Amino acid sequence: MSEIAVKTKAQQTPQVTGAPKAVTALDDRLAAMSLPQGGFSAPARAEALSRLRVMGLPGPRDEYWRYTDPRLFNVPGPQPLPFDAKAPESPLFAQRDTLTLVFVDGAFDASSSDELALEGIEITTLAHADAAGDHWAAGLYGALEAAGQQPVKRPFAALNSAAAADGVLIRVTGTPSKPVHVLHRRAADAADAVWHHVIRLEEGAELTFLESGMVGARSNAVIEVDLAQGAKLHHITAKRAIDPKVGLSHLFARVAEGAVLKSFSLAVNGTHMRHEAVIDMAGDDAVAHVAAAVLGDGATGRFHHDDTVFITHGAERGESRQVFKKVLKNGATGVFQGKILVKQGAQKTDGYQISQALLLDEASQFLAKPELEIYADDVKCSHGSTTGAIDEHALFYLRSRGVPMDRAIVFLVLSFLADALEEVEDEGLRAEINERLEEWLTSHA
Amino acid sequence: MTATTDLDVREGVDRETVEAVQNMGSYKYGWDTEIEMEYAPKGVNEDIVRLISKKNNEPEWMTEWRLEAYRRWVTMTEPKWAMLNYPEIDYQDLYYYARPKSMEEKPKSLDEVDPKLLATYEKLGIPLREQMILAGVEGAEAAPAEGRRVAVDAVFDSVSVGTTFKDELAKAGVIFCSISEAIREHPELVKKYLGSVVPQSDNYFATLNSAVFSDGSFVYIPEGVRCPMELSTYFRINAENTGQFERTLIIADKGSYVSYLEGCTAPKRDTNQLHAAVVEIVILEDAEVKYSTVQNWFPGDEDGKGGIYNFVTKRADCREARAKVMWTQVETGSAITWKYPSCILRGEESQGEFYSIAIANNWQQADTGTKMIHLGKNTRSRIVSKGISAGQAQNTYRGLVTMHPRATNSRNYTQCDSLLIGDKCGAHTVPYIEVKNSSSRVEHEATTSKVDDDQLFYCRSRGMDEEEAVALVVNGFCREVLQALPMEFAMEAQSLVAISLEGSVG
Repeated sequence: MSEIAVKTKAQQTPQVTGAPKAVTALDDRLAAMSLPQGGFSAPARAEALSRLRVMGLPGPRDEYWRYTDPRLFNVPGPQPLPFDAKAPESPLFAQRDTLTLVFVDGAFDASSSDELALEGIEITTLAHADAAGDHWAAGLYGALEAAGQQPVKRPFAALNSAAAADGVLIRVTGTPSKPVHVLHRRAADAADAVWHHVIRLEEGAELTFLESGMVGARSNAVIEVDLAQGAKLHHITAKRAIDPKVGLSHLFARVAEGAVLKSFSLAVNGTHMRHEAVIDMAGDDAVAHVAAAVLGDGATGRFHHDDTVFITHGAERGESRQVFKKVLKNGATGVFQGKILVKQGAQKTDGYQISQALLLDEASQFLAKPELEIYADDVKCSHGSTTGAIDEHALFYLRSRGVPMDRAIVFLVLSFLADALEEVEDEGLRAEINERLEEWLTSHA
Repeated sequence: MTATTDLDVREGVDRETVEAVQNMGSYKYGWDTEIEMEYAPKGVNEDIVRLISKKNNEPEWMTEWRLEAYRRWVTMTEPKWAMLNYPEIDYQDLYYYARPKSMEEKPKSLDEVDPKLLATYEKLGIPLREQMILAGVEGAEAAPAEGRRVAVDAVFDSVSVGTTFKDELAKAGVIFCSISEAIREHPELVKKYLGSVVPQSDNYFATLNSAVFSDGSFVYIPEGVRCPMELSTYFRINAENTGQFERTLIIADKGSYVSYLEGCTAPKRDTNQLHAAVVEIVILEDAEVKYSTVQNWFPGDEDGKGGIYNFVTKRADCREARAKVMWTQVETGSAITWKYPSCILRGEESQGEFYSIAIANNWQQADTGTKMIHLGKNTRSRIVSKGISAGQAQNTYRGLVTMHPRATNSRNYTQCDSLLIGDKCGAHTVPYIEVKNSSSRVEHEATTSKVDDDQLFYCRSRGMDEEEAVALVVNGFCREVLQALPMEFAMEAQSLVAISLEGSVG
């Protein structure tokens, strides 16, 4: 009997192999979403969808998903993750004068947001622009994401371009008087939030872009950033700490001649998170700094945080800097995959990358793949990666000076994170983030 | 060395380096030996596997072991993850077995030995005294020894032609012979350890090797013995369209020590040749093995024609407490290098070290590095890798450091430096770092740079030409690794560094 059963199975396989398994999973995934139709973004969405169909969803054996299981992102819908909306945590950046846009489960909430008007800036939402027809973002939406699919496939970013329901479209021509702040809120326990921002800074323009709040039970975010000559974007994202969440985000940036991108993210808890930064140093003398401070405590549930960075130097005298610091405890897992690619002719490139993990107990782990791929000879590229526990000597020093153990650990962790925080230029913002870190460390001592 | 005494050695300049620079020339070992060979038919299948086994007079269990590997191999696919670009290899278009006809019957005296075989070793620079033994003359071991004391096992295409100093080694209890001999004479050791570090199904190339390996060296150092001399294997590919698949098995029993050297060369040919070797090292309590390689297979010509495809699996298993292994490699040859000598640090307080110089010039491609797998408590590892790319070459360091949850209080330090000479080559670093306990400390640093202009200028102002200056700077860049080599090898390696970079400047 069993022999016959095996044969039948074997006979069936050829039909199944005609259509790879992943596509089936992808079909299920797509069927669970409602894809927006029409509007300026329609052609870009259609292209993104066909890109996605070619790529399929990643499998756990995919090299690029070696350390982070993609299955939680592959399944059609998220597990409901109840949250406490009244949890005692004040939102970051609340004291600042910002142009605030509120998104609830990934959709713009006009009634809670500021009026979308600020000098030197043109701002609207994706859903609104799609309803209105023609838009300046037509040539950009999905374009940087598409360019960022080489040489590594990023199917969830294509999925995002195809399916994002909302987002913010910002064009900056001058130097706005205050930052733009996107504040996220949650409503449903099983929200699967997908949003897509496009930010274009014209020549010499400057902007500070802040993100905070709580994202959905599962989220998929894409930010496309296009910086013209001499433009400068300061991007800081700091999501609320206490919520369980499964999240993916991609930052795609093109940095033109003399332009500066500084992106900092603070990630505190989160069940299963992956943040990718894909940066194209397209113009000479471009500058890009990406940094993150990540704190994970596995005691309150699973913690897995992955930072994946891919910086391509395609022009001369580019300067890139990656600073990633992770503090992990109670079985938390930190992942870092960073790459600097220097193309032929991108001479005088200065590429720097550091990834460090502080493991506060035996159960936590750090997995890193810091890569260099270099095709130009007159460059200065280096990377470093270290993993270890808190320095016993430093701890002893502080204790001998009468600092209680708990405080001493907080001091040392903060000093460990300081390099990443340095990447936040604005002193006020830096202090605010530092305070938030201290708060978290004290409560998780 | 005496030749250099009359050299005008400048202050602060290494004498060896100057000598090396003076000796610069192109690939020195590119000639072939016209010798009557006996081949198995082209291609690989179960019959060929059986034939190789039969040629080596192997027992039934060994034939079965090979067949098992072969059957596994046909189900496997060639790995493609390395940053290497080469045309499909037609595994059926190769000879898997080739031996000099004169080796069919072991020659009894020097007169009987094929003079061409003798001339080959002479030309490769192996001293005459040894040459007599290398040519497989029975009784030559009894002749008085003179000169350097290194026991050699020489492998010519598919067969070991001879092993020197066997008697003297035997007095110390050391077994040093070809693996085919070991299979016949020490089956209990071979059965126990063969495939215990690199299993038959380990990877595509290792599995192929398990099926078709023709010869190689076998070393057993008994408990508490410090091997009285250095052991070495010299591999020579001579026949055309022949794959060389050698297998080396080294067992260092409790408290023993051995230093092992490996050298390899091949003639210049237009076609690519395949080399897929496996080296297994088992190290027991308190034992130490030093394994040094100078890999100088033909790298192909300036246009990227010809050269050896080198797919090698090397692994050391520090099986018991305080075992220690040190891999040192100088990789200057081969068109394609795919090689990751690894250390399994299983025993508590065991240590693994990896020192590597990989030079890729012209159209060479190298993807090489190491794996440090920390399983035991208080284990230590150190990686120093120096990659040099020139011409149109691509050079990749690929490595893994993993700290298992049980490997508490362990340490790793990794340093990978790349040097680029010219703007058409590439240097890449692909490290994997997996730390699964907090009491261990892992540090990794990597840098990429070009030959320092100030250093070049300094050398040039002292009257060196550009090529000499580059060779000197590169030798300085490699210094840490060169120092890890045994003395004689270090000198050879140093001159090789200069030779390999010939034509990369200007």
